[in-house]
This record gives sequence, C-alpha cells and structure tokens, in this order.
Amino acid sequence: MAEARRTDLTGSRIRERRLARGIKQGTLAETVGVSPSYLNLIEHNHRRIGGKLLLELARALKVEPSVLSEGAEAGVSEVLDAAARAQGGVAAETDRIDELAARFPGWTALIAAQEGRARDLEGQIEALRDRLGQDPALAEAMHEVLSSVAAIRSTADILVREADLDAAWRGRFHRNLHEEAERLSARATGLLAQFEAPGADAAAAAPEETVEAMFEAAGHHFPEIEAQGAGAIAMILARAAGLDEPRARAMAERRLRDYAADAARLPMAEFAPAAKAAAYDPAALVERAAGDVALVLRRLAHLPVESGAPDRGLAICDASGALIQRRRLPGFPIPRVAPGCPLWPLYRALTRPGQAEAAVLDMPRGPRFRAWAVAQPVGGAGFGAAPLMHATMLVMPLGADMPGAGLIEAGPGCQSCPRAACAARR
Amino acid sequence: MTEQTKTGTGTILIVEDEGNILEALSFILRRAGWDVRGHGKGESALEEVARVAPDMLVLDVMLPGRSGLEILRDLRADAATADLPVLMLTAKGQAKDREQALAMGADAFLTKPFSNSELLEIVERLSGVDDFRPAAGQGS
Repeated sequence: MAEARRTDLTGSRIRERRLARGIKQGTLAETVGVSPSYLNLIEHNHRRIGGKLLLELARALKVEPSVLSEGAEAGVSEVLDAAARAQGGVAAETDRIDELAARFPGWTALIAAQEGRARDLEGQIEALRDRLGQDPALAEAMHEVLSSVAAIRSTADILVREADLDAAWRGRFHRNLHEEAERLSARATGLLAQFEAPGADAAAAAPEETVEAMFEAAGHHFPEIEAQGAGAIAMILARAAGLDEPRARAMAERRLRDYAADAARLPMAEFAPAAKAAAYDPAALVERAAGDVALVLRRLAHLPVESGAPDRGLAICDASGALIQRRRLPGFPIPRVAPGCPLWPLYRALTRPGQAEAAVLDMPRGPRFRAWAVAQPVGGAGFGAAPLMHATMLVMPLGADMPGAGLIEAGPGCQSCPRAACAARR
Repeated sequence: MTEQTKTGTGTILIVEDEGNILEALSFILRRAGWDVRGHGKGESALEEVARVAPDMLVLDVMLPGRSGLEILRDLRADAATADLPVLMLTAKGQAKDREQALAMGADAFLTKPFSNSELLEIVERLSGVDDFRPAAGQGS
C-alpha cells in the first residue's frame, strides 16, 4: 500500500521539482513533447507515467528518475528546501532541514503540507491563466474588463494631473468616468459568469483532452489489445485514471475499439518487423494492408517506443477539416482546437479522396518533416448517400537518408505562424 | 506632471474601438504636441492608415471586424507601411498576443491597464528612432 502511495505521488514530485527549478509548465511540456494540459494531469497525479516519458522528465528536471517515481527518503527535505527557496526573503536554515525533520516531524509535515497546498493553488492559477489564453470567450470578456479599467485609469489620471483643464473638458471626462464605471460593473459581472459556468473548474478537462492524455500516457500503444484484442478494453478503461466523466469514457472506449480493429487487421507482431525492414516508409507497407493507406499510417503511429521507430505525429480530421484525433510530435505543433496549416497534405488529401499524398514540410523554425496523408471513407456506405470522409496524416522528422522531394513551406496553423507573406494565410 | 512636455512633431493615428480610451489617449497625446486622429473599426483601419499617412500608429489588438494582429501583418507586408512605428495595445494575461505581435514586427507594446506616463514614454521613444521621419514612405 505504501509502495502504491509513493508512486501515486510521482506527479507531485515532478511538479515540486519543476517549480523548485523555476521552469514553467508549458516550457517543460514542450521540452518532453507533451501538451501542457497533459503535464498538468500528470502533475496532479491524475495520470500515471513511466517509461520514456518519465526518463525524459527526469532528464529535463536534472534528477534521477527514481527520485520522481519513488520519492526517495529525501522527499520531505526537498519540499522544505523548495519552500525556503520560494520565500527568498526568509533566511531559513536550509542546512539544518534534516535536524528539523528529526526533532519536529509533526511541524515538518505541516510545513510540507502547506507548501503542497501553496503549489496546488499556484497550479490552479496557472491552469486559469492557460484557460485565458485558450478560451476565446473568456479572453474577450477579460479584454473588455481590462479595457474599462484602462479607460478609467487614463481618464482619472487626466482629471487628477491636468490642473488647467477647462470646465467643459472636466465635465466630459467626469461623464466618461461615470459611464465607464457602469460598464466595468456589467463587464465584471459577465466575466464572473464565465468562471461560474458549468465545467469552468480550472482543473476540468474536455473529454478530448482526457482521452488524448490517456493515449499519450500509453505512447499510443496498448500491448494488451495487441495480445488479446478488444477483450482487453474494459481492463484498460478501468486502469485509466480520470475517465469518470461519461463522455470521456465513451470517447475512450470508441477510440480503443478502433485501435483493436486496426490491430486485428494488421497485427503488430508482423507489422513492426516489416515496418522496420521498410525503414518506416508507408509506401512500402501499403500492400500488407490490402491498399488501406490510412490503416498503415495509423499502425505506424501505434508502433511501441521500444520498436526503435522514429518519433511520429498523427493528425486525423473530418471532412470539415476539424481535427478529431492527434498524436503530438515535438517540433511539429498540431493545434487541438484551432485549424492546422492549410498547406498540410492532410487538407489537400480531402480534395482528392483515395489518393495518397506525400510531402516534405519545411517548418518556420527550421526543422523539416516528412508527411504522408490520405482521405478515405469511414463507416458503412449506402446507395445514394455521400460517404463520411476522414483524412489521416502521419508526420516524422526528416532523416538524413530520406528524400526531400515535394518541399512545402508550411507552418503550425495561421494563428501562430510567423509566415506573414504566405498566400494561404487566413 | 501637471505640465506635459511638448515632444510630438507629427501625426499619430489611434485605432481603438473603446470610445473613452480613444478620447483619453487623444487628449494626452494632443497635449504632448501630436496631431491625433482616431479610428474605431478594424476592417477599415488599413484604408484609414493610407488616408491619414500617420507618423506613428497606436493599434489595439482586439478590434471589431479585424484583429490588430491581422492589420499589423498587412502593414508589414506593404512596403509603404513596413517601417511605420506601431505601438500595440494588448491586455494583461494575453502573452500569446504579445509574442505574436513581436514576431510580426510590432515596435512596442502597452499592456492594459497602463498609465498615461507609460504611454507618453513609449511614444517618445518610438518617435526618437534615428531614422524616424514624419510620414516617411507612407502611401496615401
């Protein structure tokens, strides 16, 4: 039980380490190639981690992996040390922490618990700050409030500092002040309503985020399904934390069933060695999937880390272009909500259903990626009914031995792309 | 600070949809010696820049019709306005907007809420750029 409790707190230790080193959550997430929301789930112990991700986090935080996963005996000392450093102005005797812990274990535990609570509250502030950046309605409400505050501040400043203001101007600015104060009152009420809305809890995640976090935690590979098929899905769902929300659970189950169907058609035991022999080139593997290019792209994304396959990203969108599934890839941002780059072959594939596309994407910050995409019908077909289309794109860093034909100057999506002169920019 | 130092020597266009901010900023900058023009719509801001040919632009990020970032992008893509000094008004908590504006070539930022003295300091600094010339290279 004690063992389980120790590993349950891996996320808390990651958080303590990160804060002690003064690293922002978003920065660490980018360094290890996961989303900030996923790292947030890990840090609040809502996701268990191990393997490659734990190693990468330990490397980024300059600590032995066991210190994160097992806590080591020095856990309390580290929390106290972090607490002392967080309060830079207080001259705590950090060289006597062990003595403190030995003489006053109760007080030590209390300080550590309060430090943990402070970190938790900081985490909530950070999550709310993230929300401000990602939620357009909230950002707009916040902007309106700040605009009113700005108007009041500038107007009040004029009234106080401009001694020679004539009566007409003075009256005008007084009216503006009154008007803006009323507006601020209404806007602040509107802003509070945003926070009080159902699901506005800082720690709450959308079902898509929860399911994506589950797949990221597993490295997009489920050995139990590979071995036992769809029968293993119930066990995986029971094991995964954070799937209490019915929509998230239903979405996770649907995604795992799709995974199981893919695994049944292209068993990993045969596909993994074939993929390696083909140097992970989808074109050389299509025949194995009876021409189903999307299946090959998905299975390449499912390859386990230990297979030695290069890093991979995956994006799947529906016919509207909305991204419905993704596997994140360091250096190749795939937005969750905003549209991706219109130059990605993912979208070009939608205009030519069934035709496989390949391209080299030259990203604005330097790295290049090889991308393969195809749009294919999903679900059953019926006479006279238009098929539902999904486009699938697999992305890999461009290796030195890979041909660079079909170069496209692409980006992460117009919202965050610095290519000002791009003709495809919205 | 009861007396403003008159440092302004040209025309400033303020694109801001909040009428009371626009009025306050216009008053302060006029007192500092600038010829100030105001405009409240994002979608026609580029036409207004072309019409007024300002020496400096104060541009809010969140505007109706068209965002300040989109306007900035178009200004930088046009040779006639590529060097126009642009001061962006962003809101606290919108670090992403500031990063994006910086990448797109904004010359300075002011984060709402700001003080009048901060505004004057930045405007003075921007107008003091070595190669700053009133109406330099402006289309009209």
